[in-house]
Amino acid sequence: MIRVEAAYVLAGLIFGAIAVFSARDSGNPKRWNNTAFWGLFALSFLAGGRLGNFGNGLLVLAMVLIGGLGGIGLSKPATTTPEEREASSLRWGSKLFLPVLAIPITALVGTLVFKAVKIAGAPLVDPKQVTVISMALGVVIALAIVMAMLRPPLSAPPQEARRLMDTVGWAAILPQLLASLGAVFALAGVGDAVGELIHRFLPVDTPFAAVATYCIGMALFTMIMGNAFAAFPVLTAGVGVPLIVHRFGGDPAIMGSIGMLAGFCGTLMTPMASHNIVPTALLQLPGGAVIRAQTPTALLVLTGNILLMYLLVFRF
Amino acid sequence: MLSLLGILVVVVGLAARFNPIVVVTAAAIVTGLAGGLDLVTIVSTFGKAFNDSRYISLVFLVLPVIGLLERYGLQARARTLIGQLRSATVGRLLLAYLFIRQVTAALGLLSLGGHPQMVRPLIAPMAEGAEENLRGPPGDKRRQLIRAFSASADNVGAFFGEDIFIAFGSVLLIQAVLEQNGLIAAPLHISLWAIPTAILAFVVHGVRLLLLDRSLARPDKTSAAPEPDQ
Repeated sequence: MIRVEAAYVLAGLIFGAIAVFSARDSGNPKRWNNTAFWGLFALSFLAGGRLGNFGNGLLVLAMVLIGGLGGIGLSKPATTTPEEREASSLRWGSKLFLPVLAIPITALVGTLVFKAVKIAGAPLVDPKQVTVISMALGVVIALAIVMAMLRPPLSAPPQEARRLMDTVGWAAILPQLLASLGAVFALAGVGDAVGELIHRFLPVDTPFAAVATYCIGMALFTMIMGNAFAAFPVLTAGVGVPLIVHRFGGDPAIMGSIGMLAGFCGTLMTPMASHNIVPTALLQLPGGAVIRAQTPTALLVLTGNILLMYLLVFRF
Repeated sequence: MLSLLGILVVVVGLAARFNPIVVVTAAAIVTGLAGGLDLVTIVSTFGKAFNDSRYISLVFLVLPVIGLLERYGLQARARTLIGQLRSATVGRLLLAYLFIRQVTAALGLLSLGGHPQMVRPLIAPMAEGAEENLRGPPGDKRRQLIRAFSASADNVGAFFGEDIFIAFGSVLLIQAVLEQNGLIAAPLHISLWAIPTAILAFVVHGVRLLLLDRSLARPDKTSAAPEPDQ
């Protein structure tokens, strides 16, 4: 059976190549930081399963020290000039979209097809990770199309990948770090403490107050954790279930559904979310630009969520 | 209650503009120590969760392809293409993308969009192209505004579409958390109740995108060239 580890090997090879080219880039004053950071990320993908939990922990700490305190230098690998790009876009036209589209199409078709393919009774591809594995396959196909069609020098794929990865920089590992923070929070009992805090200091004695506390709590906690998935178990066990469901008789499905969406409003407003950090880096925007564009929408939709939940959750 | 110190670390750390990956790591260590865990357990828990969540970072696999295509003028092509659409404006283009992103996410096709795959190579250049078509090359402030709204259309569409798809992670997480608390809810039921908010989010952000066209149509004080005789 093909597991997600196959995609990890591909990622490991790409990050490994980025590390090697970083080491050879004498124009970047921080080149050894870049080399170590991407090299460790490659190691995580290639050998994370064999390092043990403590070993992986040390690897993460090293990456945080290098990326967060030492800093990643922004490299300038040789690429094409704007004029060359203009000329090339005229030459190739809309054929340039073909490889971009190959990735989602392969992901889509693969997800549908691989689920049905069985060899000797066992599924060919791990059904739990079939979309991610299909996407990785799409990347391989897209790379093959690019190499055959455009015939770039062999050093171009890792160099162009490095150009973009260096703009993302340390933010590349933030989503995984937030998942790790969530695991430590769970083990240390932060959820229970938040619930206790709310019960002690917030007078939640009307259905509306319960709904507002739950929704605003979801948004705020999501902003801190950078991720609604980490906030949801905490606020649902601490506020939603005891107050909205048990005390005031609300419907659990409606509460859960709208509660998660209230959390997503928090994601739109937090500098912790990769959804805001990655585009800020990739589009070369000043910090906070994406959040500023999203905050009015987030606040209006959050208000709407409170009203919707209040109107619906006690009625159905 | 001491374990809440970690939350304080996050809030203070971000407010003081420390690097987020350092803040998150410090918060984990403080939380663990305050919660009575020893350092080895904290580091091991941190490492295990990092390793288990590697699939999140597989989105970066697309960057070699995107980078190569940029080298050959992908973004320039996206700009040219939108230039041929006379009625295209930044707001209308992003509204169309918001709609497509939300509908495809609701059908479970979350991987069709995203910042590395779609926004950087296609959507943002197209939006800039539409503006260039109408009023000439935008100044820095306007370019940043257009790019930030391009990213926002992707986020809003994805967030408020994905919960309608019943087999998506968040619906299953909602179901699992409710179950841990002794409550039974069907995934279909959970996903259906995401629809009112989805419509609301589309209307709110859609109107804001169209209003963006209006504010772009006003003369730009910040980046306009100074009057020649002043």
